[in-house]
Amino acid sequence: MSITDAPSAPTLPNQPLRPPSAGPGNSLHAHFERGLQAPICLTWELTYACNLACVHCLSSSGVRDPRELSTAECLGLIDEFARMRIFYVNIGGGEPTVRRDFWELLDYAVEQRVGVKFSTNGSRITQQAAARLAASDYVDVQISLDGATPAINDAIRGAGSHRIALRAMERLAAAGMRGFKISVVVTRENVDQLDAFKALADRFGAQLRLTRLRPSGRGAKVWRRLRLTAEQQRSLYDWLRAHGEEVLTGDSFFHLGAYGGALPGLNLCGAGRVVCLIDPIGDVYACPFTIHDSFRAGNIRHAGGFGPVWRTSELFLRLRQPSADGACGACGMFDRCRGGCMAAKFFTGLELDGPDPECALGHGEPLLAKASAANLPAASSDHSRRPPRRRAAAPSSPVLLAPPPPAPDRSADRP
Amino acid sequence: MERSVEQVLSRAWRLDPQVALRPEPFGALAYHFGSRRLSFLKSPKLAAVVNGLAGQPDAAAACRAAGVSDSELASYGRALAALADRGMICEAQQEG
Repeated sequence: MSITDAPSAPTLPNQPLRPPSAGPGNSLHAHFERGLQAPICLTWELTYACNLACVHCLSSSGVRDPRELSTAECLGLIDEFARMRIFYVNIGGGEPTVRRDFWELLDYAVEQRVGVKFSTNGSRITQQAAARLAASDYVDVQISLDGATPAINDAIRGAGSHRIALRAMERLAAAGMRGFKISVVVTRENVDQLDAFKALADRFGAQLRLTRLRPSGRGAKVWRRLRLTAEQQRSLYDWLRAHGEEVLTGDSFFHLGAYGGALPGLNLCGAGRVVCLIDPIGDVYACPFTIHDSFRAGNIRHAGGFGPVWRTSELFLRLRQPSADGACGACGMFDRCRGGCMAAKFFTGLELDGPDPECALGHGEPLLAKASAANLPAASSDHSRRPPRRRAAAPSSPVLLAPPPPAPDRSADRP
Repeated sequence: MERSVEQVLSRAWRLDPQVALRPEPFGALAYHFGSRRLSFLKSPKLAAVVNGLAGQPDAAAACRAAGVSDSELASYGRALAALADRGMICEAQQEG
């Protein structure tokens, strides 16, 4: 999952190059808020199928959706990305490599000069795959890891997943793949391991990428338990400030700018403006953290492609309008945090024009305390595997956090 | 790698072969597939300069062809130097 990573250092020729007529409304930032010709950062979830069952999965993945885009439809989308000059796409899932046509799609994208960065749990990174990936400048890989130690990681991602991820990293490094990403969702349990994650990335010649735990998908169920404490959030901010651009964040933590100094990145909510998500069945959502009917802009099948959805969907046009400042407008830090993450607010039942639930100044906490479970938005879709039918009083239940036994593709819950 | 504005303006440049440009209302986005870095060209005129580099004997000529005035030349030279430092543009081969 990622959002504006490439411009994590928005590298601007810093000279005063605005045309003389440009007023403040013509700043680059204002352009981003009004939306671009095409996304800077497009996430494309190829499948809801996954061989793991991470507790915080943003897309509630598990089982393949029978309506998944066909190979031909995927190739057509890649053609459209090339026409729109979308430089690269972030491919995810689910576990994208479980699609039988995964390598075909990857090769086709590269042929069309559409770069690919894909997220994987590493389970299918064979030595052969690693060699293939290392050979292309147009492909980047992101291995997900949520604990520097097996105990911390496997509690989130399932038994054995730490070993699998490390094996993939070893193979990539051995194949000569430089600068692949190790992608960590920062939680209450692993935030003390930031230095260990960094050391791991250094050991493999990789780059560390830290992202925010969001209450989206299955993450809604674990968010309160795993989210950072106020003290941890502050130390994360200090750590990020100390490491600057050497650690990627996908602009995840722009809400922490309210501590005082901006972190590297665009520092705005890019949903529907500079980022968006295409899901496995062609639904287009405002960002990777908003897989919900309320943020669905349209479907590439019904709209005749992705471009029309990006350019003309009612939702995206609305997100590109100047937003009311709401309760945050009077806060002196509003220019820094812009009110935080829309998805974090939505899935915790807070007002979209109010503070982020993890507002650095603490304005979210009283609202969170008041928000009742009854007000939380119900999930619009869920592709989680159903837990194996419970036998009467199972003697022990590590099952809860372990990946479920492999099951054949089943129809999803939806018709 | 520090380059002076004069050096940049007096030499011939072209877009790095690994870079793609996309026009945007504010100017253009430039993406380098090798370094995976994105740069923003913050004015349409700068985008025109970069697009026109390959056909000109030096960067100053590319600037003039894109309508950059003498008083703006230094700031465009600095922008090109920054792009050169990031590998977005490269020197055109003399012998070519």
